[in-house]
Amino acid sequence: MADLEQRRIIFKHIDEPGYSNDIACYVRNGGYEVLKKSVLRKPDELIDEVKKSGLRGRGGAGFPCGVKWGLVDRKSGKPIYLIVNADESEPGTFKDRYIMHQDPHQLIEGTMISCFANNVKQAYIYIRGEMPHGARILEKALAEARAAGFVGKNICGTTYSCDIFVHRGAGAYICGEETGLIESLEGKRANPRIKPPYFPAVLGLYQCPTIVNNVETLCHVKYIAEFGGIEYAKIGTPNNTGTRIFCVSGHVQRPGYYEFEAGKITMGQLLNDVCGGPLPGRKFKAVIPGGSSAKILRFGERYKGKRKVGADMVDYDWGVEDVPMDFDSLGMVGTMGGSGGVIVMDDTVNMVEALANINAFYSHESCGQCTPCREGSLWMKKITTRMVHGNARSEDAALLKSVADQIPGRTICAFGEACSWPTQSFIAKFGDEFKNYPESKKAVKPAEAQTLI
Amino acid sequence: MNLKAETLAKIDEVITHYPVKRSATLPLLHLIQEDMGYIPEKAEEWIAAKLEIEPINVYEVVTFYPMFRRKPIGRRHIKVCRTLSCALMGGYKTCEQFEKEFNTHRGEVSPDGNVTIEFVECLASCGTAPVVLIDDDLHEKVDCAKAKQISDQIKAEAKKR
Amino acid sequence: MIQPAKPADLVTVNIDGKDIAVPKGTNVIEAARLINVDIPHYCYHPKLTIVGNCRMCLIEMGMPAVDPATKAPIMDPATGKQKINWIPRPQIGCGTNVSSGLHIRTQSPMVKDCREGVMEFLLINHPLDCPICDQAGECKLQEQSTGYGRGYSRFVEQKNVKPKRTQLGPRVTLDDERCILCSRCIRFSKEIAKDDVLGFIDRGSYSTLTCYPGKTLANNYSLNTVDICPVGALTSTDFRFKMRVWFLKQTNSIDTESSVGANTVVWSREGAIYRITPRRNDDVNDTWMADSGRELFKSVKSADRLTAVKVNSADSALDIAINAATQLFKEGGAAVVGSGRSSVEEQFLTKKLADALKASVSLVSRVGEGDKLLVSADRNPNVRGALVTGLIKSLPSQKLTDLAAAIDAGKIKAVVSVGEDLAAAGLSAAQLAKISIVYLGTHANATSVAAKVVIPTQSVFEKNGTLVNQQFRIQKFARAVPAPAGATDDTVVLAKLAGVAATDIASVWKLIAAEVPALTTMSYANIPETGLLLDATPFAALPFVEGETLHYKPTAPVAATA
Repeated sequence: MADLEQRRIIFKHIDEPGYSNDIACYVRNGGYEVLKKSVLRKPDELIDEVKKSGLRGRGGAGFPCGVKWGLVDRKSGKPIYLIVNADESEPGTFKDRYIMHQDPHQLIEGTMISCFANNVKQAYIYIRGEMPHGARILEKALAEARAAGFVGKNICGTTYSCDIFVHRGAGAYICGEETGLIESLEGKRANPRIKPPYFPAVLGLYQCPTIVNNVETLCHVKYIAEFGGIEYAKIGTPNNTGTRIFCVSGHVQRPGYYEFEAGKITMGQLLNDVCGGPLPGRKFKAVIPGGSSAKILRFGERYKGKRKVGADMVDYDWGVEDVPMDFDSLGMVGTMGGSGGVIVMDDTVNMVEALANINAFYSHESCGQCTPCREGSLWMKKITTRMVHGNARSEDAALLKSVADQIPGRTICAFGEACSWPTQSFIAKFGDEFKNYPESKKAVKPAEAQTLI
Repeated sequence: MNLKAETLAKIDEVITHYPVKRSATLPLLHLIQEDMGYIPEKAEEWIAAKLEIEPINVYEVVTFYPMFRRKPIGRRHIKVCRTLSCALMGGYKTCEQFEKEFNTHRGEVSPDGNVTIEFVECLASCGTAPVVLIDDDLHEKVDCAKAKQISDQIKAEAKKR
Repeated sequence: MIQPAKPADLVTVNIDGKDIAVPKGTNVIEAARLINVDIPHYCYHPKLTIVGNCRMCLIEMGMPAVDPATKAPIMDPATGKQKINWIPRPQIGCGTNVSSGLHIRTQSPMVKDCREGVMEFLLINHPLDCPICDQAGECKLQEQSTGYGRGYSRFVEQKNVKPKRTQLGPRVTLDDERCILCSRCIRFSKEIAKDDVLGFIDRGSYSTLTCYPGKTLANNYSLNTVDICPVGALTSTDFRFKMRVWFLKQTNSIDTESSVGANTVVWSREGAIYRITPRRNDDVNDTWMADSGRELFKSVKSADRLTAVKVNSADSALDIAINAATQLFKEGGAAVVGSGRSSVEEQFLTKKLADALKASVSLVSRVGEGDKLLVSADRNPNVRGALVTGLIKSLPSQKLTDLAAAIDAGKIKAVVSVGEDLAAAGLSAAQLAKISIVYLGTHANATSVAAKVVIPTQSVFEKNGTLVNQQFRIQKFARAVPAPAGATDDTVVLAKLAGVAATDIASVWKLIAAEVPALTTMSYANIPETGLLLDATPFAALPFVEGETLHYKPTAPVAATA
């Protein structure tokens, strides 16, 4: 199946034998050539290329990168900061890890091009604390790049100067939220800020205009600067341009990371053809397509409606396997592409227990600042944990749904959605399993079933 | 505060990375924890003085981020991932295996002082689940057998000390 | 040309169907307050930064629809009015500033659902200890649960366990289980008191309010955290378990500890005062007051309170004492020591007395260190009242040096002291022995012991009156509790001594209005609760001792604090 060829742009050199993360290897493979050319262009031109490319952020929300850059307040007279969001922490997501560990200069080049395009004089890479080697590798790479004139003073011999520093997090998921990250970078608890007024593009780091972009997104910028926005937009599908890296984990034969043109592969192709299908003797039961906060899809359900293909509206009638893996199609079936973390669960998994696991995560990671998320996430955790380890009641399903419904849209940041969508979707898709759990938990579990909470 | 000269030099250097000193709070906590093994209370006051902020500002930060600890731990720090992808592949069993090997419970220092085992949230290596971070090193696909093997190695190294 | 008003600064917004004009930039909570629409909230406080964390003030918001291309209004055929595009997500009222055309719904089903959700979340980990909680009766959680609570709990899990009874400092007790993490106290300490010792530790629902170990919340404004705590987490150690707030009568008063004149409320029951709290005055003290000013009522019932009229150390009666005093004055050589702690009315009558006796007038200055907030360097609350009433022309000094010299010279034979301890003000025992003293005061001291005539008077909590603060703002206080038997209103005593026919505060004010040019249009009744600013220009050249405080900037050169 030619269709299933990976299109490796960002992961071109990942796991390539003999490819190392030092600058010599990077330069040998053509590295920093794009930066050299970019700094001779007009910054606005580069921003334009990114706008034309249709690049959507790869951190989870899928917000168009060009639009984000367009929102930056350039008239304030204040310095503009760029922060690389390398806090990769949405469960199920593990793509940025490989970029930073194996190809750090690609990130540095993409970052520096983005800095130049936006007249940024200081950038930070906020890397999650649990990647100490990653931080060291990036620091070494930055030192190399500085020595070679690609970072720091007079980049590539021009008058343009910009430095990049690595800043380590310390184990807080909420630092992936851009304003939480900014607070953390300012040396505070990572409490996300209220928007308005604290839109990063206007009042970000140190109350200055700030761009926060995901690691992978900035790598795409390098590619866009090289080939042009229009060329880039030819990859993938309209409105879902470029490639996507899918991180597949859980119950498949070949979990791992796979880079494909966006929208050119379906869930079924990814899980069956690329990842080898379910483990021997098992069947797929459910899949979370975009990191653990994305709404779960149940194998066997159908999604029907009309969608735009070119200029026409056409009917679609999809099973989970038929859903194209792009932002828009996944949005149409009620979930999201998110960060590309695909978590697969087979028929050994009890959904109450799986949800209990997810709820434990989100209640642990809630910053605790605003009421619905702080109290709701822990309440949901307490209910699901009690169902598994204590007294499960048939009315708990309705209670869980009701609690979850009181959270999204009412919180300071999107964590409210992230922590309630799992419960909402698990109950919506597997409500019977929750209602029957008081009885079913008494039955003997399959030998392969894992403890999840 | 008895910090190594090397740590002090790094501290002074890292503060220069930021236009606002307070930003160096997390870097300083990391450096001090690497040097001393944990964040003693006096370190909070030391950092506050160094960064011209109040001690409560540091205390708030130390307790917000799970990687910072206010008490010493065992010689090796075993962090087993608890989150969904790892749990689906047996993360709970892995954690229990480590607990059994070192006769301890998660969150505690083992009786021999060799390890502290923690059950932590997602380590962002879900494709090679279950994963375990031991000190700075990531171990992938750590099933019970591999957990035992790693434990034996840690014990053997401890004996040599 | 001077514009009479600035209409450009007003914008019209629509709240629950009602159009109102409000200053641009007003937040939705305050805008709604203007038309008596209450938007419940916990973390929002008008004098602190906005954090938007409690989520209780969620409202629906919309803007008039316009065609994106032509910018022409889109009309709603059903109503004939411009269509409103309502934002599907609720917005926080505290963090939303009004702009022209903004539409707000505070009573829609979505808003009600939001409030009910937040209420339930706030209550699940909140202890059900209202029966023993001091905040009961003035608890926002209690109030809002009446409107938005369920009346029963769906929460069957274990509640979080947190520290109970922590002494945060000498005056504030913390119950962390009651805390709803609104962060008002933290923001107050950082932003207003500039004493950044409070913070949250840990994370999520386990976040816990803490004072940094080894430090205490001991600044002189710590009790404001109790005032602004919307729940019973922070309580006053002094007031704790003393009295249910709904039994207490509230009387408006003024903090007399300095010339700032913070507006206060005195809380009393059956003649006993239980606490003093600040009363909002955006031009004087915002919503704050010093802890020290809250202690002042404790002297009301102290053991050294004067309650018996004395003439030559023997118990007597008021009229006999007045006569005795008058006899002393007849010998000539009288002097009056007035007070910067007296009310405007008392100072006016003190002047009448001095005029009648052709006596010199001295005042005693009290100077301390100002805290730049709500305790000023001038520890007399009403030196400016003495200037306005003409009792004095220049600022008082701390010692009665001139009076002492006059006594030594044998020119002064009798001294009336209105509450001032002459010994403390620098007169020696020998000097006191040379003169006949008529002492009007509330508490015993060396002067009352040495006095020939002692007339017990009333504290600020027991009478009505006015004070002029450092801004030349005349502010009134009212009687909160009855005075102890034997203590007479100072104005009554002074009127009798001066031979002025004035029996109550209204009649005193008739005289004041007639005789004091700056106060001609005023009466006690018509002074607003937040005071009236008087013309300060006649006194602009005087070297007042105050430095800058919350709403005061010195205009004249600051005098050296000797």
